[in-house]
Amino acid sequence: MKTNASNKALTNAKKSYNTQQWIAGIILALGGLLVSIPFIWMILSSFKPESEILQFPPTLWPEEFTLEHFTYLFENMNFGVYLKNTIIVVLCSFGGLFLNAMAGYAFAKYKFKGKDKLFYLVLATMMIPGQVTMIPVYLILNQMGLTNTMAGIVLPGLVGAFSIFLFRQFMSTIPDELLEAARLDGASEFRVFMQVILPISRPILAVQGILTFIAGWNSFLWPLIIANDESLYTLSVGLSLLKGQYGGNFALQMAGSTFMVVPIIIIFMLFQKHIIEGYTISGMK
Amino acid sequence: MKSYSNKTPYLFIGPAITLLMLFSLLPIFVALIISFTDIDLAGIADWSNISFIGLENYKEIFKDPIFLKSIGNTLFYVVFGVPFVIICSLGIALLINFGQARIFKAFRLVFYMPSITNVVAVAVVWAYLYNPQFGLFNYLLSFFNVPAVPWLQDPTMAKVSLIALALWRAIGVNMIIFLAALQGIPKTYYEAAQLDGASNWKQLTNITLPLLRYAIFFVSITTMIGWLQFFEEPFVMTKGGPLDSTTSVALFIYRNGFQLSNFGYAAAGSFILFIAIIIITMIQFRLQKKDTDF
Repeated sequence: MKTNASNKALTNAKKSYNTQQWIAGIILALGGLLVSIPFIWMILSSFKPESEILQFPPTLWPEEFTLEHFTYLFENMNFGVYLKNTIIVVLCSFGGLFLNAMAGYAFAKYKFKGKDKLFYLVLATMMIPGQVTMIPVYLILNQMGLTNTMAGIVLPGLVGAFSIFLFRQFMSTIPDELLEAARLDGASEFRVFMQVILPISRPILAVQGILTFIAGWNSFLWPLIIANDESLYTLSVGLSLLKGQYGGNFALQMAGSTFMVVPIIIIFMLFQKHIIEGYTISGMK
Repeated sequence: MKSYSNKTPYLFIGPAITLLMLFSLLPIFVALIISFTDIDLAGIADWSNISFIGLENYKEIFKDPIFLKSIGNTLFYVVFGVPFVIICSLGIALLINFGQARIFKAFRLVFYMPSITNVVAVAVVWAYLYNPQFGLFNYLLSFFNVPAVPWLQDPTMAKVSLIALALWRAIGVNMIIFLAALQGIPKTYYEAAQLDGASNWKQLTNITLPLLRYAIFFVSITTMIGWLQFFEEPFVMTKGGPLDSTTSVALFIYRNGFQLSNFGYAAAGSFILFIAIIIITMIQFRLQKKDTDF
């Protein structure tokens, strides 16, 4: 009798949980729809012909699909060049990622003079706001003769303290015996790093790699400041130029935005597990 | 036993440290020095054109009506932006954490997506949504007989519109931080509370929120620093207008530095922002300490 009553209470609790879960799900679905509206509207509008964009009331689904805006971007604007520059920036930032990994490894696995002080110095740079360094970095690059060059665009953001920190955290967990064994086999220090450390660090490399790709693809401020020539513009600088030049042509603007956003969404969908779980790896509690 | 040479570690950290020193630490000192000079384009070309003017930049900047206005705007962003970001991202994290069905994992992705997208592209899209004539928002509102809203044309409304856009982008990362913190709370606490017959609301206010204190503190500090540096959204969407009503301090610095080439003046502005950030962060740490004392 008693177990029966508690069973009943349990099913009741389960029922009320289910209703509550439905309510939570519906609220989230509505919120999710709201959050997705800009994406949906952007993609659908980029395929509408100019005349349909200016129509009132607006159509949700394009009555007539057209790719003219995308071809216009490449034929009449320099989106091909912007794309090439953006890819160069992304590739260079992967080089930066490698430097971060190297530094993280040294902080994790070597003993050397001034190690702690240097590491605190690295951490301290995380707190410096970009607005303070913006002008001096420009002056420094100018002094080095790097304004209006690809090197000037890439260098300021090449290494990052947070990334070094994450590499250090991860690599400290690698057992020393593994390194000693490789050294006994006669491997040089650099080879130990390349052939033992990096393969083990794959999880953190995956997270950092994706975040680096996204950051490089989206890079805006330094290309904007450093590049005077349109031949050095990245996609985001080109897009902000397009907004200025074609203020009234919304379909073209949406096509440009779609071209920038959709690749990132695809990459995100493919690797979302790494990104979202990356926050747990990085020990953000 | 040490089996590597003394130089090895320095070779590993060398490149990264050099770049960090050059582009993060050295600039602080350069900024401080040039904020006491009248360096401009002529000064860059020939250093003999630069003269030391003491505190002149700092005195002048506090008389600059646009700078004062940009401080007011930035405070507006902080005061309204920070609570909104925390409430929305925490609320969504709680709802997602509540559900056990698989669909709730998919919601994580949907809400996270805006935060990885390019700010320029997003600002371009939102400017279209906000367009008074052809924009989607006013069209949707017209169903409810709401008259056309001047999203980016009215000084106050423009600030609110920019906050809405930045909120949309900020939810994702903070939601993930809250979710990670929520998953760290032991289930036994809730089981014990349920045995005592505590309602959901009681469990939320007596278990969840107190245990999330550290995460809330972390998010509020990073969000506040983010709002103090608010730059890209007003830069791309409104260029600071109408009538400088959306100009943030960061945008003011950028404009003086790179459009008007008053590098010294802009550096003074950036130092004031830096000091403000440090002070506000320290106050928050103080409050947090008091909070945990009892």
